[in-house]
Amino acid sequence: MRNIVTAWLDLHYLDDLARQASFFHRLHPAGKLVITLAFAVTAASFDKYEIAGLLPLFFYPLAVMALGRLPSSRLLQRLLLVSPVVLLVGLFNPLLDRTPHDVAGLFTIAGGWLSFLSLTLKLTLTTTAALLLIATTKLPAIGAALRQLGLPRALVVQLLLLHRYLFVLLEEVGRIAQACELRSAPGKGLPYGAWGSLLGQLLLRTVSRAERIYQAMRCRGFDGEIRLLMLRPMQARDYWHLLAWCGFFLLCRFVNLPHAFGHFLLEVL
Amino acid sequence: MHMADALVSPVVGGAMWAASAGLASYAAKQVQKNLDESKVPLMGVLGAFVFAAQMINFTIPGTGSSGHLGGGLLLAALLGPHAAFLTVVSILAVQALFFADGGLLALGCNIINMGLFPCYVAYPLLYAPLAGKQPSKARIFIAALTAAVAGLQLGAFGVVLQTVSSGVTSLPFSTFALLMQPIHLAIGLVEGLITATALAFIRREAPSLLRHQTGASRTVLLTMLVLALATGGLLSWTASTNPDGLEWSIAAASGEEELTAEGPVHTFFAELQEKLSFLPDYNFKPDPEQAQLTEAKPTAWPAVAPGTSVAGITGALITLLLAFGAGKALQHAAKH
Amino acid sequence: MSHHTIDLTNVHYHYPDGTPALTGLSLHIGHGEAVAIVGANGSGKTTLLSHLAGLLFASAGEVNIGGYPVAPKTLSHIRRTIGLVFQNPDDQLFMPTVYEDVAFGPLNLGLPPASVEERVSAALQTVDALALKDRPPYRLSGGQKRAVAIATVLAMEPAILVMDEPTAALDPFARRQLINLLKTFSHTKIIATHDLDLVLDLCERTVILKDGRVLADGRTRDLFRNKPLLAEARLEQPFSMQACPVCSQA
Repeated sequence: MRNIVTAWLDLHYLDDLARQASFFHRLHPAGKLVITLAFAVTAASFDKYEIAGLLPLFFYPLAVMALGRLPSSRLLQRLLLVSPVVLLVGLFNPLLDRTPHDVAGLFTIAGGWLSFLSLTLKLTLTTTAALLLIATTKLPAIGAALRQLGLPRALVVQLLLLHRYLFVLLEEVGRIAQACELRSAPGKGLPYGAWGSLLGQLLLRTVSRAERIYQAMRCRGFDGEIRLLMLRPMQARDYWHLLAWCGFFLLCRFVNLPHAFGHFLLEVL
Repeated sequence: MHMADALVSPVVGGAMWAASAGLASYAAKQVQKNLDESKVPLMGVLGAFVFAAQMINFTIPGTGSSGHLGGGLLLAALLGPHAAFLTVVSILAVQALFFADGGLLALGCNIINMGLFPCYVAYPLLYAPLAGKQPSKARIFIAALTAAVAGLQLGAFGVVLQTVSSGVTSLPFSTFALLMQPIHLAIGLVEGLITATALAFIRREAPSLLRHQTGASRTVLLTMLVLALATGGLLSWTASTNPDGLEWSIAAASGEEELTAEGPVHTFFAELQEKLSFLPDYNFKPDPEQAQLTEAKPTAWPAVAPGTSVAGITGALITLLLAFGAGKALQHAAKH
Repeated sequence: MSHHTIDLTNVHYHYPDGTPALTGLSLHIGHGEAVAIVGANGSGKTTLLSHLAGLLFASAGEVNIGGYPVAPKTLSHIRRTIGLVFQNPDDQLFMPTVYEDVAFGPLNLGLPPASVEERVSAALQTVDALALKDRPPYRLSGGQKRAVAIATVLAMEPAILVMDEPTAALDPFARRQLINLLKTFSHTKIIATHDLDLVLDLCERTVILKDGRVLADGRTRDLFRNKPLLAEARLEQPFSMQACPVCSQA
């Protein structure tokens, strides 16, 4: 369970990272969005026992971290916190899947261990990719890109408003939760008696905040439509970049590079 | 109960993306057409509220354990199903991007499990009719508990179906379902209790906020039906194309002990699998002969030739070194 | 210039739950005046401002702005005349970036892109916040948020500026900057505040509210010297006057 303060710090930290102006940051957000999706699809499409074939994909996050001047240690640290449920589900594999697999002709291993390792690699790759997208692209820009890609306006506006007020509400909820914690038994959650009024109060405050925002909108001529900033169109370098990465992903997917390297090396020796 | 990218195959992920994209554009159309413009900021701020409130832990009376709010049902009761669905989509998208909860590929699955079920099934079919137009406190509790439990059961079942048909885990369908459903019964009760308590407070303090309690309209029901059929169809298609899911269910049905499944039983299943699957292991390989010719290709289960594996491990090490080396070099270049 | 005057005659307002908020309030404000609205919590300051911006409509009595009655039909005119700066800038800055936020109003007016651009730059220049234009609102300090909130209103080019607690939650330096900024504006200014030192600096005239009506209306210095009056309105002399041997003599 994440704590509110950490969540708030994370939001700010990622926002800081996204505010840099490296080569990668300046690429078109729509292009980066498509690259990230293509990457996740590529990683997920590998066979459940595949390990070697996944490794070349690590080049993508490493390259982005380098080009985007992102601190790899901080980002990798966050991976450790990610979704223990997934690993839990994966941990059943070694127990249940005992198909023998030869490893290098030296020893035999249960297929479950291979698939568990493969699952962990995929998890690392895909979560890193999502984090890298957000660490190199500001959310408003992603919103504008989504709009450009044809998502409904209502959804994009909702996403942007949610993100905007997340910063405000996390602070507010954090303060209240802290006040409650100071007055309740250590280690326990909030006692049942306090739920209703706490959540209800917060909810009412939230609603009246929404009313004030609506008034502020009306004062400036709001007519039900929020006009968002338009993005520049994709340029040649954005297309090149997109093509290059997608090409690389396809190469990784259809040619097992580590195997090829290995064969080449063994033949040379 | 976020699904993660690593547990989802592209086919399942893509199918769920398609379903949730269709649903989201339907919801957006409804919202743009029917929603009072004053609800635009309300949706945004309530989304942020649910997001933040999910981080408060509540103690469950009598058990000593604790849980937190999911929020789909609460949003539906305050905003109506369409706006609530869009709000859930935005929450899940931010969680996937910023907090690596789930992931981009699994986003569609999560939207179906945590958005579709509470907003378009549990709310219109259970909560609204049970709570009625002028809900009493008792009716709010009954309605919220029932709807939340049902919503979470469906959601959990969605997780099981999607995971199993993706074929990443070795957990058999029945075992996985037996693990997930009871846990989510408890989680559903907590969700219902929190939602009901919050709604009861709103009923007392600001009853005007609860005015959306209209039952399921015919269009909603029809859309639901079509979607359920489409989702079911897609899922069973992917499940049938996936050998592993099939293997598990057969194994479970025939009562074989999985833990000792070596030797003849497994060979039998291996053969069966190869016969039954017309899209073996979803890796889009061209055709069997070609796959055997190109040795460098990731060969399908059951086994990898030893020679390939030595090459594989050597190659893997080199690849890793290369990737790290290139990364470091780029980092160096970027600094100068 | 009669179109920049404000007239309230015997205005009454009850909240939907029946609580009376304004009880027969009458007020005239002329063109170019800087008027402070002061009073205890619950005296009706914010309700009064909401009536000026057409966010609430009087239950009885009349509100006139520039000769037009404030009513649903005249709203678009009223909102172009009046610019309301909210108490909490977080409520007013809802767009992803400062630029988009300031552009929100002009875009709603249906202006061509070039003149939107022009207005946004001019408004941000005025409050000295042009450098912040690509920042999201949550990355601004309290003073910067306030400045940008004012710019969002200035971009609508209103004739009358209405402000609710402009110095709330500002540190002393940011507060002083804001006061200096407001001094440069030639708009008609109406400022609701508890900051009586700010009133001394900015407003020639003060209106004291109590229980939803005008308790006193006059020259700021005269009213602030009247200690019994201030006590009746649950107010206190501003600090700068308490120490002054000349003006603190009642």
